[in-house]
Amino acid sequence: MNRRPFDPRLLRRVPAARRDLAVLALLGVLAAGLIVAQATALAAVLATAVDGRLDRPALAGFAVAVAARSALVWAQGTVSARLAATVKAALRADLLGAVGRHGPGWVAGQRAGQLATLAGRGLDALDAYFTGYLPQLVLSVTVPVAVLARVVFADWGSAVIIALTLPLIPVFGALLGWQAQAATERQWRRLSLLGGHFLDMVAGLPTLRAFGRARAQTEVVRRMADGHRVATMKTLRIAFLSALVLELVATLSVALVAVPVGIRLLGGGLALQTALLVLLLTPEAYLPLRAAGSRFHASMEGLTALDEALTVSATPVAPRAAEGAATPNGRGEIRFESVTVEYERTTALRDVTLTVRPGERIAIIGPSGAGKSTLLGLLLGFVTPTGGRITVDGVDLAAVDPDAWRRQLAWVPQRAHLFAASLADNIRLGAPDTPPDALATAVHDAALDDVVAGLPDGLETLLGERGHGLSSGQRQRVALARAFLRDAPVVLLDEPTARLDTAAEAVVLDATRRLVTGRTALLVAHRPALLADADRILRIEDGRVTELTPEPTGKATR
Amino acid sequence: MNAAPEPTGDGPGPLAEAPQTVVDAVPDGRASAERTVLRLARPYLGRLVGAGLLAAATEFAGLALMATATWLLMSAAGQPPLDRLTVAIVAVRALAISRGVFRYTERLAGHDAVLRMITDVRARVFATLSARRTAVHRSGDVLSRLVSDVEAVQDLLLRVLVPGSAAALVGVLAVAGAALISPPAAGALAVGLLIAGVALPALATAVTRRNAAEVAPLRGALATDAIDLTHGAADLAAFGATDAALHAAEQRATRLARLERGLAATGFAVDAAGVLVAGLTAVAVVLAALAADVPGVLVGVLAVGTLAAVEVALALVSAARQWTQLRPGLTRVAALLDADLPTPPSAAADLPTPPSAVADLPTPAPAVVSANGTGGPGRGGAHELRFAEVTVRYRAGAAPALDRVSLDLPAGRRVAVVGPSGAGKSTLAAVLTGAVRPASGRVTLDGHDLSTYAEEELPRAVGGLLAEAYVFHATVRENLLLGRAGAGEEELVAATAAAGLLEWVRAQPAQWDTLVGEEGGQLSGGQRQRLALARALLAAPPVLVLDEPTEGLDPTAADAVLASALAATPAGHSVLVISHRLSGLAELDEIVVLDGGRVIQRGRHAELVTAPGWYRDQWLLQAAAERGYLALRP
Repeated sequence: MNRRPFDPRLLRRVPAARRDLAVLALLGVLAAGLIVAQATALAAVLATAVDGRLDRPALAGFAVAVAARSALVWAQGTVSARLAATVKAALRADLLGAVGRHGPGWVAGQRAGQLATLAGRGLDALDAYFTGYLPQLVLSVTVPVAVLARVVFADWGSAVIIALTLPLIPVFGALLGWQAQAATERQWRRLSLLGGHFLDMVAGLPTLRAFGRARAQTEVVRRMADGHRVATMKTLRIAFLSALVLELVATLSVALVAVPVGIRLLGGGLALQTALLVLLLTPEAYLPLRAAGSRFHASMEGLTALDEALTVSATPVAPRAAEGAATPNGRGEIRFESVTVEYERTTALRDVTLTVRPGERIAIIGPSGAGKSTLLGLLLGFVTPTGGRITVDGVDLAAVDPDAWRRQLAWVPQRAHLFAASLADNIRLGAPDTPPDALATAVHDAALDDVVAGLPDGLETLLGERGHGLSSGQRQRVALARAFLRDAPVVLLDEPTARLDTAAEAVVLDATRRLVTGRTALLVAHRPALLADADRILRIEDGRVTELTPEPTGKATR
Repeated sequence: MNAAPEPTGDGPGPLAEAPQTVVDAVPDGRASAERTVLRLARPYLGRLVGAGLLAAATEFAGLALMATATWLLMSAAGQPPLDRLTVAIVAVRALAISRGVFRYTERLAGHDAVLRMITDVRARVFATLSARRTAVHRSGDVLSRLVSDVEAVQDLLLRVLVPGSAAALVGVLAVAGAALISPPAAGALAVGLLIAGVALPALATAVTRRNAAEVAPLRGALATDAIDLTHGAADLAAFGATDAALHAAEQRATRLARLERGLAATGFAVDAAGVLVAGLTAVAVVLAALAADVPGVLVGVLAVGTLAAVEVALALVSAARQWTQLRPGLTRVAALLDADLPTPPSAAADLPTPPSAVADLPTPAPAVVSANGTGGPGRGGAHELRFAEVTVRYRAGAAPALDRVSLDLPAGRRVAVVGPSGAGKSTLAAVLTGAVRPASGRVTLDGHDLSTYAEEELPRAVGGLLAEAYVFHATVRENLLLGRAGAGEEELVAATAAAGLLEWVRAQPAQWDTLVGEEGGQLSGGQRQRLALARALLAAPPVLVLDEPTEGLDPTAADAVLASALAATPAGHSVLVISHRLSGLAELDEIVVLDGGRVIQRGRHAELVTAPGWYRDQWLLQAAAERGYLALRP
C-alpha cells in the first residue's frame, strides 16, 4: 500500500494537473497570510476594546480579512474540485485505454471486475483526497510557517517555543500512526472475514432456507456481527487514543507558550495586543497538522485507487505488429506448428500440430479446462503461443495486424457480452453503418425474429447492463446474428449451445448450421448435438490434441 | 461527495415473475426512515444520549477554553493581584485537558453504541429476509448495496445525529451565556448561529441533492461503460469495435468532468458563506457589546467565544451533507424493516430491552404440525407427497405456470419431471418447497396441506438440491454440514463419493477444511455443482428433490453422477429429479413430461420412447447426438 501523502507519478501521468496544483499551493500561502492578518486585526480590536473604545480601522481590517478568507475558501474548494475532476477524467481515459492497448487476454478474469470498479466508481473516492486532504496538506506547511514568522516579530520567545514543539505533532503522529497501522493489519483478515460474513449469508439465503437453516442462522449472523464489533472497537481504540495523545501534545504546547506570556503580562512586561496575538495564533499553528492527519485516514481509499490506477495504466504493453503488416487471407490454410501455450500455473496446450483446410468444419471436444477455448483464443489473437507458431495462408499470425486479421473472423463465444445499448447496436457491433436490410437478414438468419417481435421497441429496445432482459438462448442468438453480419470466411464457435435447454438448443443449432455453410469453421462442442455436421472431430485432453474419425451410428455402446 | 443514489440497473428479467422484495421500494414518507432508525436505537438510547452529551461537552470545553483564556489574558493586562486569577487559571488547565478526554470517551462510547446497534440491524435485516417464503433472485450489486445501506445507519448516528445535536446544544448554551453578559450581543450571536446552523445546512442539503441528481446518471452510465469495456473486451476486440467504445467512454468521462467542475463552484460557496458568517457575527457582537457599554474584558470574551461558537454550529453543514447522501440507503433499510416482522431473539439479555421485544421466537406461519407433534415429519420416516390438480398463476390473467398438475409420490417412488424450458419445472420445484403457493388445487404431505407445515419443518421432509444452490465462503466441511448438522466422517465420505467429489477432497492439502473461496470461487463450476449435490445427499430428506443435478457436467460425468446419486438414496426415500436431459432416467418409476404448465405425457421410460410424442422426439435427438459423441472414443 502506498502511504505517501502525494504520488509524484500523478504529475507525469496528468500534466494538466500541474497548473491547478500550483494555484492550490499559492492559495495555501495566501490563506496562511490571511489567518495571520485576521488574528492581528482581532488582537488590535480587543486590545482597544479593553478600554471601552472601538478601533474602527482594525475592525474594518478584521472584516476585510474575513471576507478575503471566505473568498479563498471558495477558491480553494473550486480549484481542488476542478483538479479532482481533471485527474479522474484523465485516469479514466488512461485505464480504459490500457484495456484497449493490452487486449482481452490481459483483461480476462478477475482483473476485469477490478478494472471496471476502479474506472467506474473507484476513482470517485479521489474527490475526498483532492478536496479534503490535499488543501489541508498545503495549509499544514504554510500556516505554521506564517504563524512563526508573525510571532517572531511580535514576541520571539514564544516563537522559539512554538518552533521547538511543532515537530512533536508529526513525530508523535507518525509513531502512533505506525502503531495503529500495525494493529489494523493484524486485525485485517479477521475484520474482512467477519465483515464479509453478512453479505455471504444474505446471498446464500435461498440455500439456507432450502435446508431449513435460515432462522437458526440469524443467531450466527448476530454472533459474527458482534465479533466484527469487538474487532473493530479494538482497532478504533488505538486510533482514538492516538488522536487524544496528539490533542494533548498540542494543548500542552499551547500552554507552554501561554503561561510565560501571562506571567509577563501580569508583570507589565508585555503589551496586551501582543499577548492576544500570540494567544490567538498559537493554536492555529498546530491545528492544520492534526487536521491533515485525521483527513489522511478518510482519503486513504482515494489514495489506494490512485495508486492502483497509476500502476495499471503504466503496465508495459507487449509489442504489436507494425501498421501495414501483411494480412493473411482467411480463405487460406490454417496451420498450427507445434504450438504450446503455458499459463502461470498450467499448460493449456502442448505441442499441438494441426492443419485446417479451407471450408472444413472441425468440431473440438474434450473435458472442461482441457484447452478448447485456448485453441480459439490463439486464432483470435487473445492468447499468444509460448512455443511454436500459427500460420494462415503461409503468414505467421504473430506478425500480422490483429485488427485486420480479426476482420476475417466471426466469433460466437460461450457467453457473449451484451452491451447496455439497443439490440440493433448490439448486433451491429463493429459495423455501426450496416444498412437496415442487412441487419434484418442477420436477424432472420439467427432466428431472432420472434425475439425482436416480443420486445417493446423491437430492434431499438435498450438492453440493460450486460444485456439484462434477454434469456441465455436469446443472447446466444444475438451473438449468432453478430457473426452472420460479419460474413467472415472463418467462423469460431465456442460451445454456442451450452446452458440452453433442448428447445432453445434446436433453434440455435439450426442457425449455427446456416452460419457455418460454406465457411471454415471451428466449433468447440460441449453438447453432442453439434457434432453431426462436422467433417473432422478433434479431442483435446490435457492439452494434447487427438483426431477422431466419426463412426456411423449403430455402435451404440454406452 | 460520492454517495449519490445509484440507478438500479435491474430491468424486468427472465426471472421477473418472482415477486420483487421491498428492498427496492422507496416509500414517500419523509421522516419515516429516521424514525425507524431511532426505533432500532431505542435499546441503546442511553449510550447514544451519553455519547451526544459527551460530544456537546467536548465542544463546550473548547469554547469555554478560548473564552476563559481570553478573559485571563485581558484581565492580566490590568495587573490585578494573582489570587483574583487563580480560579480562571485552574479552569483553563481543566478545560484544556478535559476537552481531549471528553472527545476520546465520546468517540469510544458513540462507536460502541452504534456498532452494537448495527449488530442488531444486521440480525434484523437477516431475520426479515429469511422470514420471506418467496424465492428471491438478486444480483451481487444489489446485495452489496444492502450491506452499505446497513452502514448508512451507522453514519446517520455517528456523523449526523450525535454531532448535530451536540452542536445545537452548545449553540443554545453559548447564547444563554452571552445573554448573561449582554442581551443585544446575545441577539447578534443568535442570529449568526441560526444562519450557520439552520440556513446554511438547509442550503447545503439543497445543493448536494441537486448536484447528486445531475451527476448520478452520468456516473452510472460511466460505470456501465467501464463494465462493457472490461467484461466485453473480448467481444469488442473480436468485432473491431474497441476504439469506438473507448471513444464513447472517454467522451462521457470528459462530460462528467466538465459537469463536476461546474458544480464545484456552487458547492463550496456554502463553505465560503460559513467563514463569512463567523467573522461578521463576531463583528456584530463586538459592535453590539461596545454600544451596550459592556466591560472591555468581556467584549473580548464575547468576540472570541462567538468565533468558536459559530465554528461549532458550522459542523451542522457537513452533517446536513452527510444526511442527504445517506437518505437513499436509510430509506431502503427502513422500508425493509418496516414490514414489521418478528423481533429476532436478543442475544444481549443484559441490555435494556423494551418490553415489547419478546425473548422467545415467534413463528410467522401457523404451525399445526409441530416437530414434537404427532404428524411431524422426522428424518428417515416414510412420507407420501401428493399434487392434486395444482394450478399456479404468477399474475392474474396471465397463462398459468402450472395447469392442473397431479402427481403422486409415495415413499420410495422415484419420479422425473422433464420438459422444455418454461414448461413449469422450476415452478413445480418452488411449489414443493413452499416458496410458491398454488392458486388452486392441493399439495399435501401425508394428507396435510404443505402450507400448514412450519417454515423450518418442511425442508426436513422435502428438499435437496434446488436451483441456484449457493456455496458459502467457508470450508468444504461447513458447506456440507449445512445439509445435516451432526453428520459424521463416514456420512461425509459417502455423500461426497456419490457426488464424485471425494477424490478432489482427498487431493487437497487441507482435506475437509479446504476453503472454497467467496461464492465458491476457488472451485470449478463442476466442483461447485458436485459440492451442492453432496450437501443435498447428506441432508437426505425423505422426499429428495434434485433440480438439474448434473448441470455443468459433461455427458459422461453427468450420467455417472446421476446414477451414483440415485444409488446413494436410501430405499424408503422418494426422489423427484427435475431435468432437461433425458439420459439416465431409464430406471425411474415414472417420468412426467411438462409443457406449457400441463402434463402432456407420463409413464416409464420404456413406454415413453415407444409412444410418439415430445419425449420420443427429444430422446431420439439427444440419444443420436450422444451416441455420436460416445462412439468417438479412440
